[in-house]
Formats: sequence, C-alpha cells, structure tokens
Amino acid sequence: MACFLVPAAEAVVTTIITKIVKSKEKEEKVKVSFSSGIIEDTTKIKFSTKLGWLNKLLWGGSALLAFEHIWHGEVVPFFPFLTAIKNGETADMLAEMASAGVIMAILVTSVWVCMLFVSNIIENRAICEVKLNKEIL
Amino acid sequence: MTLLITVFAAIISTVVWYAGAYRSNMKVGFLCWLYWGAAIMWFVDAIFEYLEIKSKFFSPAPLDMLNDSFLGLSVVALGLLIWLINILITDPRCVIKECLFKRKEKTEVIAKK
Repeated sequence: MACFLVPAAEAVVTTIITKIVKSKEKEEKVKVSFSSGIIEDTTKIKFSTKLGWLNKLLWGGSALLAFEHIWHGEVVPFFPFLTAIKNGETADMLAEMASAGVIMAILVTSVWVCMLFVSNIIENRAICEVKLNKEIL
Repeated sequence: MTLLITVFAAIISTVVWYAGAYRSNMKVGFLCWLYWGAAIMWFVDAIFEYLEIKSKFFSPAPLDMLNDSFLGLSVVALGLLIWLINILITDPRCVIKECLFKRKEKTEVIAKK
C-alpha cells in the first residue's frame, strides 16, 4: 500500500545526519598494507561515507519500491496520491506501514550495521599488518 | 519473481563491480546499492506474502508470474536508467565536458577562418 514511505522517511533523516557529520569530520591518515604487500599512506574511511552506504540502500530501495506501487496503482499522480486513502483504507495502510515498512527499514539498517562491522574488521586487520611488518623490520 | 530478478541484478552488478569496475569510475557501485536496497525490501514483502498465503506463494498462477516478471524487468531497466542519468550528470570520466570543450574549440577555429 505505502510501505516504502517508512524507509524513504528514514532516508531523509539519514541524509540530513550525513550532511551534519560530513561538515564536522576530519581526515584521518593511516598506513595500510594491500594484498600485493605494498604499504601505502591512505585516509581512513570516514563515517559520513559509511552513512552514505545506508543512504544509497534506502533511497535506491524506496525508489524502486515506489515504482512497483505505481505499477500496481497504489500510488497515483493526483491528490491524495495514495489509493488506500482515496478508498478509505487508511487504517489498513498505516498498519502495513507499521509492520512491513518498519521491518524493511530495520532490515536495511541491520544489513548496514553488519557491513560496518565487517569493514571495521577489514580496516583494523590491514592496519595491524602494517604494525606487524614494522615490528619485524 | 520480481524479488528473484532484482536479486540476480544485484548479484550481477556486484560481480561486475568486484571484477574491476570500481577502478573504472563508472559508478557501478551505485547500481549495487540500488538493487540490493530494493532486494532487501522485496524480501520483507515476500515474507509477509508467504505468511498470508503460505505454500501458495511457491506456486503462483502463470499470469501472475508473467506480470511479476514484466515488473521485475521494468525495475531492472529503471535502475539502469537512474544509473545512466547519474553517470551523465556527474560525468566521472569527463566525457561530456571533453565533448563540449572540443566542440567549442572547433567552433572557435571555424570562426577564426
């Protein structure tokens, strides 16, 4: 009915948070070892970049889901834009948003949190390898 | 069917990205985010549909399947279209800039002649 509106609303909030975080962030330089054994100076991935991943997931998913709703005639280009409201099914629509919509937003955010966890492990491992190489030398 | 087609699109775009496209400035990563985001959301939709109609979920009517496939392909096309517009607007390889600049140069040469 309109479940995509929940992740879309989350996307608006996270986009604003990203802009705020980006304006306050500073670059952190680190040495990283790559698979070829080359050690290079590079900047650590900023948190705003990581928030950007969540934004893209949420905006991308919401946009394609919105298209699906247009396809099924659940979203129309004229007021009130949602067929459920026009047909007096507002309660059903809100119930669907509270169930499917909220779970969509939670699942996308959970996937992003897992990605953060994995990327942190990869980053820390690459930095640790440089430290180990220095100790050996 | 829409979920399946979107998941395949997400996997293919991710493989293309991992195979080296991340170095090519073609922003294939953008396409990955787009399809994965939609795939996760449709997965939730599929769970709710399964809870509602149970085993019938796995044996859809041929007409529904055809309509869903048509929708899935349209979604993939829309994703590609969004990616293409993003590429043309951001112009990461400066192709459009170069094209315009060359055209300007040519017109300047013609004007001088």
